[in-house]
Amino acid sequence: MEHYISLFVRAVFIENLALAFFLGMCTFIAVSKQVKTAFSLGIAVTFVLALSVPVNNLVFHNLLAPGALAWAGFPDTDLSFLGFITYIGVIAALVQIVEMFLDKYVPALYNALGIFLPLITVNCAIFGAVAFMVERDYNFGESVVFGLGSGVGWTLAITLMAAVSEKLKYADMPAGVRGLGSRFIMVGLMGLGFMSFSGVSL
Amino acid sequence: MASAKEIKTVLFGPIFANNPIALQVLGICSALAVTTKMEKALVMGIALTVVTAFSNLFISLIRNHIPSSVRIIVQMTIIASLVIVVDQVLKAFAYNVAKELSVFVGLIITNCIVMGRAEAYAMKTGPGMSFLDGIGNGLGYSVLLLIVAFIRELFGSGTLFGVEILPLVSAGGWYQPMGMMLIAPSAFIIIGLLIWILRTFRPEQVEKA
Repeated sequence: MEHYISLFVRAVFIENLALAFFLGMCTFIAVSKQVKTAFSLGIAVTFVLALSVPVNNLVFHNLLAPGALAWAGFPDTDLSFLGFITYIGVIAALVQIVEMFLDKYVPALYNALGIFLPLITVNCAIFGAVAFMVERDYNFGESVVFGLGSGVGWTLAITLMAAVSEKLKYADMPAGVRGLGSRFIMVGLMGLGFMSFSGVSL
Repeated sequence: MASAKEIKTVLFGPIFANNPIALQVLGICSALAVTTKMEKALVMGIALTVVTAFSNLFISLIRNHIPSSVRIIVQMTIIASLVIVVDQVLKAFAYNVAKELSVFVGLIITNCIVMGRAEAYAMKTGPGMSFLDGIGNGLGYSVLLLIVAFIRELFGSGTLFGVEILPLVSAGGWYQPMGMMLIAPSAFIIIGLLIWILRTFRPEQVEKA
């Protein structure tokens, strides 16, 4: 149990996908101007992350890993080179299913998430988390915790940043740094703040 | 084939005038994590240029046969296959760098530059020009990556491409390395400052308040 808690805390604070690995930055910088939209996007990403990391974990361990096809009578097959295309396919399919499911059964949530859902397929945070899961060789339980934790961490980062952006509207900055430039510098400073968590030993 | 002037705009425009990272905010996801060393940044830049150029070429070749309802998934499949090829080549011929780049080669798939150019340019233009557009945007990305990597590697570890430029204090020299240059947040701040410089010289890129 302790192992899972420490994995969760690490995924949320210390190895924050957005601030320590720069993942999902495209949407991060484009969307985070309003706290409300940023938060809905964060929820959507967390949802998809918590689903796609464990599902890809199962796919990897049962189909792609070296020797994984032993149950089908191919003990020597190594399909791991097909990884990238499989993961992205699984993510795209999952996003589609989630979208259809929400549309049918939870229309309120579907409307709240709106246009963000289809965009999530190409969000680097999802693919990055899946790739990290494979690289670090997590088992199924760990991948559930890791997917959920990185989603929460990403939501935290993007919501905080949107809050700062809202206030920055009133700042009188030099013309050149206005907008994009200032947002990059701000993320840098926030990243520095989050780095202080790396001193926490678990 | 288009005129020489048009080719020049397509090929060199994205480097400064219309830089994909600095102006269009595309592809920064993977841009920053690979810039602690020049070598990593160079390999990443080449990999992305190759993928963008060829995905643009292939998508443009079949653009009239792709039904628009499934175009995203078709583009994804082409891009993912190209990235797999690049990844396998890197693992075979530059294993150490490939190991250091870790998941970031795979992340080229979700790099918005590749998707963005496929969607915005290759779906509408002939294969020759699309190929050049891919190279141009890849170069724009690589140039920015290399500038950031230059600053980070020079001041962070006193080397360029692993060759010592500023002798470190720890090795008997005079330069005290700036540890901050090697951690993640510095890349954001450097890009922010670069955008500031770029926009001071090109005021037309400044955002309306």
